Amino acid sequence: MSMRTLPLVFINLGGEMLYILDQRLQALNTSEDNSEKGVWSENDRKRVMNGIVGAMFSKDFMDELLKPQQLYSHRTLKTVLTRIAHASIMRLNPASMDRLYELMVMAFKYQIFLCPRPKDLLLITYNHIDTIRELVKDTPVVVNQVDETHRKIIEVYSSLPEGEFQLLRQTLLIFFQDMHVRVSLFLKIQVQNPNGRFALSTSGPVPHGIDVPGLIRTFDGKGREVRRSEFPSGGSYSSSVREGCFELHGDRVIRLGMDMYTVNHPEETHTSKDTFVKTDNTPNLLAKEELNLLARLMGSMKAEKEPKAETGFWINLFTTDQEEEEAGASGLAEEPLFEVINIQAMQDEQVTTELARIAGQFAEEEPPGNLSSSKGDDLLAMMDDL
Amino acid sequence: MYHKEKSIQIKNSASALYNNLGVLRIAPRSLTYFTVVHANVVNMVSASWDGLNYSHRQLQSKEPNVATSTSLIMQAAFCALPSRDLLVVTSQKGIQIYESDGSTMVYWHALDTPDTPTDQAVFARGISAVGKSYICVGDSSGSILVFDVPSKGSNITLSDVLKGHKKSITDIASECSGSQDCIADLISADDGGNLCVWKSGEEFQRFNNIPGFDISCTSVKLWKGTAVAGYGTGQIRLYEAVTGILHAEVNAHARWIYSLDIAPFSGLLLSAAEDSLVRVWHLSIKPESLSVEVAHLHNECVTDTQICGAKFCDGDGHAFAVTGYDLSEIIRYTQS
Repeated sequence: MSMRTLPLVFINLGGEMLYILDQRLQALNTSEDNSEKGVWSENDRKRVMNGIVGAMFSKDFMDELLKPQQLYSHRTLKTVLTRIAHASIMRLNPASMDRLYELMVMAFKYQIFLCPRPKDLLLITYNHIDTIRELVKDTPVVVNQVDETHRKIIEVYSSLPEGEFQLLRQTLLIFFQDMHVRVSLFLKIQVQNPNGRFALSTSGPVPHGIDVPGLIRTFDGKGREVRRSEFPSGGSYSSSVREGCFELHGDRVIRLGMDMYTVNHPEETHTSKDTFVKTDNTPNLLAKEELNLLARLMGSMKAEKEPKAETGFWINLFTTDQEEEEAGASGLAEEPLFEVINIQAMQDEQVTTELARIAGQFAEEEPPGNLSSSKGDDLLAMMDDL
Repeated sequence: MYHKEKSIQIKNSASALYNNLGVLRIAPRSLTYFTVVHANVVNMVSASWDGLNYSHRQLQSKEPNVATSTSLIMQAAFCALPSRDLLVVTSQKGIQIYESDGSTMVYWHALDTPDTPTDQAVFARGISAVGKSYICVGDSSGSILVFDVPSKGSNITLSDVLKGHKKSITDIASECSGSQDCIADLISADDGGNLCVWKSGEEFQRFNNIPGFDISCTSVKLWKGTAVAGYGTGQIRLYEAVTGILHAEVNAHARWIYSLDIAPFSGLLLSAAEDSLVRVWHLSIKPESLSVEVAHLHNECVTDTQICGAKFCDGDGHAFAVTGYDLSEIIRYTQS
């Protein structure tokens, strides 16, 4: 539907990815420099942040995203985000990337769902940009890139009418439909119910520009009000608060899009694998347009320092051994229902492998033994406690 | 006033689209058809009135093999004409018209899509039967396509393109189909909140233009010459269609209204919004003053659900049905 979703999708999902990685890496930080083996230092963390933000907010990449185009599939999106993540010194295994993607998507879905007015999608985006700017504030070159992108977004989206924003929002809602992964942080702060659905309140301030429900006004033929009556609204609404700022800097007022994770609660980035997860079992042959988009986006990404020249750090973000097995198993469980889909499923696997190669995931190689045994294992040990 | 009945389970969840519920009552067979749009698929359920039999069918949008997101369906609605009932499905690709049970596609009209994508989305949205034999469908450029429908067969032709809107069409509605005589029998709404009032015929005439306030009118109905419109501000406004005089304004919902429906025999009005509430109102026209009164009757809250479709199941408003984003069921309510 909407042809303008990609920039907002990448900034918001990318932002969530950075929040999660930031929280995870900070939780593992126990030394100030690289001297202790097997530990993510503050320096490492900053390098990861700068690498990812630099790739995501690069001029070429953003220019590609800003071209009018459809939003394609989750697979394409995940591939590009993986590549962005791997533009840093960090490496994620496929199972970690899957979990990370689920978390990112559920956070963004929550924000879109509860967005007070369609236009407030921009404020949510700006909240992400503001926090990203903070994360890379020590590196002026990257801050510049963020500012430039922010300016471009303001330029392109500020004049969009509300109807267009609602179309954009509807496009995103359709894209995230049927995803009900439960996230422990969301469950804990009760924005998500045990069945995976988000809580929608019928109380609180109404969005800016909307009147509190409850009033019926009747007019005569000359436009004069002749009667007022009230009806029970079934909720307890109050008048709206002030409008957030849509400029480069300012108080956004709404809190959606701000960092929900804190250093002190590492379990909050835990997801539970459950029956509510929608497996994308439409064996979608990647459409020609989609492949073209993928090629353009990959091509426009800044080629960061060669991972081989510098030893990349492996990270298993979330998984215990058992979960890894489960994740690995479910990835292949696209049950074909009809003969036609059988054939497509085979091509599907080929495409998946191809995508994994493009993404630079070292899916077929084992991570170098000595490295993963250091930083990776510490993380793994932590996960076992969850 | 209403109590909840047993829901009808559907194969997939409803998408967040305006007016995402179609209802057709087939009295001779004691059946009701429901349609709910999910991405590039229309879920159809045929429900027997005794509640014992449900049969399901899924209709795909044209060219479903390409990436799902490029063949999204915007709306599915039934068109009840004097001679026949049809099901119209509008998407990013074009307009499909089926027999009302979804068994056969009788007509396909492709939308013009530019070779290089512009930042304007292309789609068809807004469906209504009008007059003796017309089906009107709106599109994203603001045009309304008028199709002439024969009483039998597939020889449907595009007979006119109405230009009255500059923004994307959101909804179209009509009244007085068949025999009744009305000054105006068709109303269309767009993303800027503008309403156009028309009279159908061999040549459609535009009777009036009711300007909006840059807020989308997402759903519109026409009843006894009164235009009833729902907006993104959560307001419902009632206008006298041919003059544009504002009769009443209701601060009805705290979020965008997604669906309105009227039960023509009783004057009941149904409104549903993203705020999870469905409200039932009563409209009465006072002949002496030619004014319209709105009275609130009932609320239903569908917890944690952004509602996207709500329709009465019969002309008296004895029962109504509701769909919500991400919900795989059609929720039903009946008068106690």
